[in-house]
Amino acid sequence: MNLTNILVFTAFGLLFNLLIPSRWRKWTLLGSSVIAIYWMQPSSAIRNFDFWFPTASIALTVFVWISVQKTGEKRHLATLVAAGVLCGIVLLIGLTRYLDFLCCLTPTRPPDILKIMATISLVAAAWAVPYFFFPEKRFLSTFTTLIIIVIFIILKSDPLGRSASALLRIASGQLAELANPLDLTWLGYSFLAFRLLHVLRDHQSGKLPHYNLPEFVTYGIFFPTYTAGPIDRSQRFSADFREVTGPDNPANLRDNPSFRFNGLKRILIGIFKKFVIADSLALLSVTSQNVTQIQSTIWAWALLYAFTLRIYFDFSGYTDIALGLGTLMGFKLPENFDNPYRKVNLTSFWNSWHITLAQWFRAYFFNPLTRYLRSKPDGLPAWMIIFIGQFTTMVLIGLWHGITWNFFIWGAWHGTGLFINNRWTAWSKPKIEARTYSREAHLAFKFTGWLITFNFVALSWVWFSLPTIKSSLRFFGILFNVQ
Amino acid sequence: MNESDVNDGKVNRSPGKTAKIAVKALVVFTLINLIFVFFYPLPALGKISAYNLVFPGRKRLPYGDNPSKSYNLSLFNLDAMFASHEISDSQKPDDEFRVILIGDSATWGFLLQPDETVSEYLNQQNIRMPDGKHLRAYNLGYPVMSLTKDLLFLQRALEYEPDLIVWPMTLESFPEDKQLYPPLLQKNPQAIEDLADLTGLEFETSSLETDFTDLLERTIPGSRRSLADLIRLQIYGVMWAATGIDQEIPEAFDPRLEDLPDDNRFHDQIPPELDEDRLAFEVINAGIKLAGDTPVMIVNEPVFISSGANSDIRYNFYYPRWAFDSFREKMNELNKRNNWIYRDYWDTIDPSEFTNSAIHMTPGGTEEFASLIARAILETISGGE
Repeated sequence: MNLTNILVFTAFGLLFNLLIPSRWRKWTLLGSSVIAIYWMQPSSAIRNFDFWFPTASIALTVFVWISVQKTGEKRHLATLVAAGVLCGIVLLIGLTRYLDFLCCLTPTRPPDILKIMATISLVAAAWAVPYFFFPEKRFLSTFTTLIIIVIFIILKSDPLGRSASALLRIASGQLAELANPLDLTWLGYSFLAFRLLHVLRDHQSGKLPHYNLPEFVTYGIFFPTYTAGPIDRSQRFSADFREVTGPDNPANLRDNPSFRFNGLKRILIGIFKKFVIADSLALLSVTSQNVTQIQSTIWAWALLYAFTLRIYFDFSGYTDIALGLGTLMGFKLPENFDNPYRKVNLTSFWNSWHITLAQWFRAYFFNPLTRYLRSKPDGLPAWMIIFIGQFTTMVLIGLWHGITWNFFIWGAWHGTGLFINNRWTAWSKPKIEARTYSREAHLAFKFTGWLITFNFVALSWVWFSLPTIKSSLRFFGILFNVQ
Repeated sequence: MNESDVNDGKVNRSPGKTAKIAVKALVVFTLINLIFVFFYPLPALGKISAYNLVFPGRKRLPYGDNPSKSYNLSLFNLDAMFASHEISDSQKPDDEFRVILIGDSATWGFLLQPDETVSEYLNQQNIRMPDGKHLRAYNLGYPVMSLTKDLLFLQRALEYEPDLIVWPMTLESFPEDKQLYPPLLQKNPQAIEDLADLTGLEFETSSLETDFTDLLERTIPGSRRSLADLIRLQIYGVMWAATGIDQEIPEAFDPRLEDLPDDNRFHDQIPPELDEDRLAFEVINAGIKLAGDTPVMIVNEPVFISSGANSDIRYNFYYPRWAFDSFREKMNELNKRNNWIYRDYWDTIDPSEFTNSAIHMTPGGTEEFASLIARAILETISGGE
């Protein structure tokens, strides 16, 4: 999201409850989210993919909705109307190709309208077949889960991304030799994937309530959270959605302007964090360019701390903006940060950094894995289960950012750190509780804990910010004055 | 505040209260801007600098086309530029013989690392003066070809108590229409007017932007670009301290032209002689006069001499032969008349030691030039020129 996007979204949020009657809010939220994801989509080197990527997001979201439908819940007419509205909006966006004064919502002109219509027809057929002919089949949700994961891996892996880019370039009549994984600028896919995977898993566990199509698609592509989260749970979002689109919306301006006030305040804080602090600190970031240029240990630490602060202000700034926009419309989106750099141990840090991501992995990977390992009759010792759980969870979180050795090491770094923290706590807690310490001693413990945690996290960003192991090791060498 | 004002832990602000807050904010914002417009602290803000305090001063004045790669940027706030330079660090030591170099991009060191400039090569020679003082050279060159710009920087240089000012120059800095063209001068009209008052020179200031061009430009939003530049200059100080880099030097560049155009014009002047009235020779004497007791060494800096096509007509891209020869004649004449400290080094550096233009030298060429300057300085001071 850039400042123009934020300004327009803010104006929309302010006017949403003022001007839109409750019976139209569902469609307004759906329509605005669809339009927004096309508007925010960056350009792609592959022709027309700044149009096709958001279209694919919508198509995939609808497909997931179909995958989780139960026979008794189907309301065909309402669904057809909703699907028709979606297709209609996409078609209208495509028509801007022919209207110079309206062109273009996307960075480049949308594809030819016949191509769009053909694609919509194919997608509609892809929706219709499982919807009508394969209701409640488990294989559908499993199949959809696999598709989402495969796309995710392709987008995050350079070699696979390059191959996919080459294929798409050939399909669009461009040179495959110029293929680059960076061509695949599918905005928001990482977060969309997690939202959809959560729905599919909850469906398979029998925990998913029914959602109608407009509600579900809005959940998937809700514009405030589309690009950078938070990763909301569908159940929580749905409760807000029904309240916001119902007659008793608490954010109705006439009755409760605190939503407007708090929303605006949160947006302004986010803008300051992201566009003033983070973007200023970006001038000092550790990059593959400057890591070979840095000559001074002290200044290397200064750059490392600058990056540490930058990544926090950047991410939390976007979160503040997202939460503020949601608040304007009456949504109480979940918090994603809770002063993470002030925490005194790594466990607390990970309970306060990208909270919704950590919760997602805890719910859908860590807990099921550790439950499974504990259920084995001749099972592993408890400490090993904890290690496997924490290590693999953090490695997966690392690989979620990109399938590279550096992100693997970053995840392993934190997984190992969490395990060490867990063992230290298990060993030291009884000893600490057995004695009485002075206030000064407590403060000293807390300070030491904070110092170690903060620097442990800061050093982990070396792996995160640099692209290769060699450049990372080089930077560590400069930090610790080792050749 | 009572119970009815609180809703879910958040203060329930009625539309009226919110509107009052918005109006108050607008009033405060307008007031701050009016104060800003009236006092216009932007020039003074340039003096606030973390250079020479938190991070080391730069070895040359800030200039940069690609800040993200050079960790440097071009800005127009003269106070900020000088505050970021190492010359602003503390008082002049008692045992220092201070030499300040002014001039164009050749002095500044285009395509040279910070320690490959004329001033740094002088420092590397660890020269001891006859009175036992250590020679320490400072680079106040700036990549713009205008004698008036040099004069402005000479005026500034005097604040730092130089014992000698070295002023390399070349004919391309002399044309009248180039004197006030640099954006740096355009954006500092008051400084030009002050210079005119000090020196008695007449500048065509009608083309300059006035400080009061637009009231809106003097507000905080209107000055946002200048304010941002000041902040960015400070932030880039960290990268300067960490890397020692202040210029993006490409691995490859287009070399200076060997084969020259078949054109014997110099700007719009034609042979056989240069029209002195259209060249800023008077600026040199104004500079020497401004410097008072501080000696000023005028140097006709080395230029590339081509042996390619049309080299019988032109020395290089800048100069047809007749024009440069006429220039040298005039400089010699002025030197004799005014008894300058003058050195003509135009042809002292091998053509192979020039990089991407007729005046930019390689490290080797620059080091050689620095040796010539060093010898000239010692001759001047020993000989009492």
